[in-house]
Amino acid sequence: MRLLVGSLFAFIVAALVGLGSTYFALSRGAAFGALTIGNWTAWPKSGTTDADPYARATIARSGQLPIALGDGVSFSAQRDGKGRILDGRCTVVVSGTTPAARYWTLTLYNVTGELVANSVGRYGFTSEEILRNADGSFVITVAPRASAGNWLPTGGIERYELVLRFYDTAIGVATRASRELPMPAVATRGCP
Amino acid sequence: MMRWLLLLLGGALLGGIVHLATVIALPRTATHDAYSRLAGNAVNTVVVLPAPSPDKAPMPFMDPAFISAVCRYDLSSGPLKLTVPVGPAYTSISFYTRYDVAYYAINDRAAGRRIIELDLMTAEQHNEMPEEEDVTAADRLIVESPTKTGLIAMRALAPEPDLMPMARAALAGARCEPQDLSKISNNQ
Repeated sequence: MRLLVGSLFAFIVAALVGLGSTYFALSRGAAFGALTIGNWTAWPKSGTTDADPYARATIARSGQLPIALGDGVSFSAQRDGKGRILDGRCTVVVSGTTPAARYWTLTLYNVTGELVANSVGRYGFTSEEILRNADGSFVITVAPRASAGNWLPTGGIERYELVLRFYDTAIGVATRASRELPMPAVATRGCP
Repeated sequence: MMRWLLLLLGGALLGGIVHLATVIALPRTATHDAYSRLAGNAVNTVVVLPAPSPDKAPMPFMDPAFISAVCRYDLSSGPLKLTVPVGPAYTSISFYTRYDVAYYAINDRAAGRRIIELDLMTAEQHNEMPEEEDVTAADRLIVESPTKTGLIAMRALAPEPDLMPMARAALAGARCEPQDLSKISNNQ
């Protein structure tokens, strides 16, 4: 009887620890080889055959097709530069310049990777359609209500994720975060 | 007390094994991965996917600035010939295994043509190609698939919304068909 209770206890612990850590690791995106620049993170290796088991499991679980490394690199941000979670009820400003790439796109998703409905049907910007300052830098206002210039609507949802994708770029597995990569800054400017 | 601590430790160690096993097994058991989501489409045929919208999207995290098309392939009956017209701007072709691992990608600039043409085959099929054909194949792009089945994702960028129809038209003209090797060698 003691043996039965003991092994049952050990198995319950094993199941809790094992499944819990798998769930935690995959929901946090725990693949190796992350390239973090400011509040932006990319996993260039996930788009290659060198993708580690965590990257493969994360991809399989989410149902997305990762961007292949020869195609481009995808950076995502769930927080602003100060570590504050991106809130769709606030006004968030994305400003600055981007690393060299033939094209880039910035898209807003909810936490499960769906586009967010809004009155003007705008889900993101491409490098071609953005309004720029004279020096080539840009300012994108991510806010629930319309604003002048480049307005990216949030639809007022609580949490969202910004994905900045670079196509035909030299950024890759060998890129070091310490090197100068001019990623745009993300700052929360005001919440109601 | 000591006994429970030991059991706890043993359980935690076993938990580590459970963790590794589930992470490694997950891609093989996932039912909502990209390949399974697209499994309803015919094999060896290009299917242009509907543009993602807030209500409905074929896959999560699709880039709405692109028109996407996929070809779910099966090389067991022979190599495939892939023909993709280049869209109004950036156009790329990415190759994925059955378990959604990207193994190769090429874009319009790297291909340097208005129509990207590729031959997709397994390593064995590549080795079985006749010698002389391999010579004439020098200017053909040959991609080796590590698995018999997988996905080809073709994506054409519309840098501005007005260009969406052009991008869609380009991918509507894409073909992914089993190739008749004997016919190719007769044409030489």
